[in-house]
Amino acid sequence: MNLQLPPLGPIMPEIFMTSLALILLMADLFIKKKEVLAGASILGVLVVAYTLIGSSGSTFGGMFISDGYSSFFKAIFFINLILSVLISIKYIRIERVNFGEYYSLIALSTLGMMIMASAADLIVLYLGLELMALSTYILAGFIRYDIKSNEAALKYFLLGAFSSAFLLYGISLIYGLTGTTSIKAIASFISEKGLVGNPALSLSMTLFVVAFGFKIAAVPFHMWAPDAYEGAPTSITAFMSVGPKAAGFAVLGRVFMIAFASIKFEWTFLLIPLSILSMAIGNIVALAQSNIKRMLAYSSIAHAGYALIGVIAANTDGVASMMNYLMIYAFMNIGAFAVVIMLRTEGFKGENITDYEGLAKTHPFLSALMLIFMFSLTGIPPTAGFIGKLYVFMSAINAGYTWLVLVAVVFSVISAYFYLRIVMYMYMREPKIEVGTSKSGTLGVALGVTAVMVLAIGVYPKCLVELARAALSGF
Amino acid sequence: MLPELFFVYFAFAIILLSILVVTRKNPVHSVLWMLLLFFHIASLYLFLNAEFMALIQMIVYAGGILVLFLFAILLVNIKEEIRITRFIGAWPTGLTFAIGIFIVIFVSIKSFVLGQQGTYTIDFIKKESHTKALGKLLYTDFLYPFEIASLILLVAIIGAIILAKRRIKS
Repeated sequence: MNLQLPPLGPIMPEIFMTSLALILLMADLFIKKKEVLAGASILGVLVVAYTLIGSSGSTFGGMFISDGYSSFFKAIFFINLILSVLISIKYIRIERVNFGEYYSLIALSTLGMMIMASAADLIVLYLGLELMALSTYILAGFIRYDIKSNEAALKYFLLGAFSSAFLLYGISLIYGLTGTTSIKAIASFISEKGLVGNPALSLSMTLFVVAFGFKIAAVPFHMWAPDAYEGAPTSITAFMSVGPKAAGFAVLGRVFMIAFASIKFEWTFLLIPLSILSMAIGNIVALAQSNIKRMLAYSSIAHAGYALIGVIAANTDGVASMMNYLMIYAFMNIGAFAVVIMLRTEGFKGENITDYEGLAKTHPFLSALMLIFMFSLTGIPPTAGFIGKLYVFMSAINAGYTWLVLVAVVFSVISAYFYLRIVMYMYMREPKIEVGTSKSGTLGVALGVTAVMVLAIGVYPKCLVELARAALSGF
Repeated sequence: MLPELFFVYFAFAIILLSILVVTRKNPVHSVLWMLLLFFHIASLYLFLNAEFMALIQMIVYAGGILVLFLFAILLVNIKEEIRITRFIGAWPTGLTFAIGIFIVIFVSIKSFVLGQQGTYTIDFIKKESHTKALGKLLYTDFLYPFEIASLILLVAIIGAIILAKRRIKS
């Protein structure tokens, strides 16, 4: 028996990412200044991003596929990694968890997301999901002496494991029904053998919805999100509110648009209430929050609801708008978290919404940036958030879901209340307490990049929109 | 007829043992019931002609993981069980949901039809032996998932060290 190695060209980014994570882990032994590791991880990801360019095709017997769709998502993951590392360098020193494994775990988590985005087989999809999730659980509990961080990790872990069980049950059912785990083969088997309308198939699809719903934190599978987001280190909250969510949407799009393409009616029927509930609960409960991380957690639940509308449209336009939305969300959300991190100084948490009172008087520039991110999260032009919502809504209207868009607009208006409350606090109230900021060069770079991108995409969206459309050719 | 009888025994025994595991007050008793549970699960693999999996289940779970469990329980002093009131008291809601989901699954599963058979049929496995077929597949067709699994184990090790090793500078 001769062992032949499959072509490794398409999988190069993953191989480089693995190497990067392992090198970071080894280098941690010798390098005492952990900031060097942060720099190395950013440089390493740029190299990985470069290898992404030439990698297209499928390998490992069709289990791995690198196409425009996966590459677009990988770009989101890389941006997420770079921005998260930039905002965490100073922060983890303040929290006294400045360990080298931090960067290695972020790289491994991103590797898991990349594997998910490129998964053409359900086994690979599941393993990628576990790799991503396990690394994120550990990162959420990284501040060991903080009981809230422990709580975040434990809740995230227990509910994540629970959702994995749902996913595995769904996978085993679909494997029994079709005899294959390849996403493409499942699609052709379902349509050829006339499995459409089979309750067992619908059950399997429902279990997939539950599992992916957990990962993207859509209501009613969102229970873990507020506690996990609040307790986790803020830089990791930024990381896991963008990365795992985008990865969840990546597999959601691929599995539902390809494997379950012939039962489109059934899954849109399930996703519509999910989307409406996410927008409703996310936006309404956010109104009552006094902790900004918790508020942003509920906002992230609501944003999952908006992005779901793109999937519900169930055509390439819809998927493209969902991809746009997630890219834009990465910039505006990490930007907002960068401001939150800036307020965290030695001995001061800076997580209460009241801490923002009168911030414009003491820190006018920082307040202006927060204003941009809050406007963008609300969806007010000329910021990127507006563009994201616009394209999602347009695709839904074209697909005939005008009423759903109306609902979404109503909830967007409600969301304006709690986003703009921060702005109101900053600009219209007098400062009650002395709020310091922890300035650092890298944090400044992250703030600058996110703010510029939010405005640039808002003013000139064509580039990103075209990119997402082009990425979907051949999907 | 006889295999069915055996299967019915193992299926019900597994359910019963699982209930015993989660309801015992003494954690050591729970773990010991779990040991029995793992042996019964191993026998399920035998029904599938997967003798290697059955053996691995016994060695890894019963032999390795369970001993770790026992160690953890014996090392941690839990004579006085921490008693706090439950956060969620509404067990009827949970029960309703559980029964609802059970009925949904039960009804849906009735229309289950077996899909196509893969290349590795039971006859093939009987001829090749399960261990050989599994070993071959892991390093050929399933090389990619196998490698990802190795990374998952690496993450687990890193996580255990980070979360358990004491090095808090206070």
